[in-house]
Amino acid sequence: MATMQFDLVSPERRLASMEVSEVQIPGADGDLTAMPDHAPMITTLRPGVLKVSGADGEKSYFVTGGFADVAGPSATILAERALPIEEVTGELVEELISASEAKKAEASEAAADVAAKYHADLTATLDAIVGR
Amino acid sequence: MPSLKDLKNRIESVKSTRKITKAMQMVAAAKLRRAQEAAEAARPYADRMNAVMGGLASAVGASEGAPKLLAGTGEDTVHMLVVMTAERGLCGGFNSSIARLARQHAQKLLAEGKTVKILTVGKKGREQLKRDLSAHMVGHVDLGDVKRIGYANAADIASDVLSRFDEGEFDIATIFYNRFESVISQIPTATQVIPASFEDAGEDADSGTLYDYEPSEEAVLEDLLPRGIATQIFTALLENAASEQGARMSAMDNATRNAGEMIDKLTIEFNRSRQAVITNELIEIISGAEAL
Repeated sequence: MATMQFDLVSPERRLASMEVSEVQIPGADGDLTAMPDHAPMITTLRPGVLKVSGADGEKSYFVTGGFADVAGPSATILAERALPIEEVTGELVEELISASEAKKAEASEAAADVAAKYHADLTATLDAIVGR
Repeated sequence: MPSLKDLKNRIESVKSTRKITKAMQMVAAAKLRRAQEAAEAARPYADRMNAVMGGLASAVGASEGAPKLLAGTGEDTVHMLVVMTAERGLCGGFNSSIARLARQHAQKLLAEGKTVKILTVGKKGREQLKRDLSAHMVGHVDLGDVKRIGYANAADIASDVLSRFDEGEFDIATIFYNRFESVISQIPTATQVIPASFEDAGEDADSGTLYDYEPSEEAVLEDLLPRGIATQIFTALLENAASEQGARMSAMDNATRNAGEMIDKLTIEFNRSRQAVITNELIEIISGAEAL
């Protein structure tokens, strides 16, 4: 099976780098799956779950936002904040949700929509992960 | 002529100073390694970000609807200087060199009749610039409680700067920091962040490919620009942290060496005067015995 180079980097470190056969990306306009030799594309991300399947099974990461750079043989995800889904704990969920709530409350009129959408996406994703 | 006791005390005090500077040097060396690792780990993200932004900016930048962050406000009357220094001293010329560069820059702009606003990050820079530029200070970010600089710190500074920009407080923003070259050389650097300028990473493979942008080029750019600026600030903070430790390490190395030299000199002086005292006593005894 054809594979592609997958990199997940956050500003602070490289989280993952491996050969995978497909990457499921939570794009701003909806989920999409990139496979090897995908047309070159850059998309922004919404808070969601990033799924990769490679030779050693499937792995999921929680991302809060950022963007994805997909180009033929490689897919690079630049995430603002990302962590393996197993490491998402109740505490972290509370922290993220309250931070985004605060942001939504103080957002200016122009930014209100963006903040509200961010908050809705974040809550939905986290709820699904933790199973609240 | 200091007495023997004075000399002894002096030697003891210099010795304990040497112990302190030696310890500080070793702590700085350990911290430097960690700071360098952090800077290293942040590089892939920054490089990638730069490459993507470079491509996007050249695609959209020329068009008329380009965002203000990229195209600028069309004026350059109000300048924002973000001066990043350390929270602590005892690191050689580290803080002074940034402050000097920022001061020169500010004075040049003032001489040209521009308005200057200064945002300081780190206590030491603020103290140095307060003397003659206090009227221009608009804010201060304290990183004193931060043990390890994270992206969140950079994002906070970036959002502060960006909200000021959105309110039209300034036209051009420049960040001042020390670029880490090596342990003995840190280069004070000024980088303009707004309007954003991205050096092309020079990835030949990428320049040829035509990207699809989702949702649209403008939307992606709008989303990415603030992140790009936060990333630049983050990179600068990390470089600064590594530079600070490097500067402290070499400053403390010098101090340790100087203390060692001083101890040697004082010990010689101590021995000489001890011998002089003994000689004197002997002369007194001998001449006393001869007189009998």
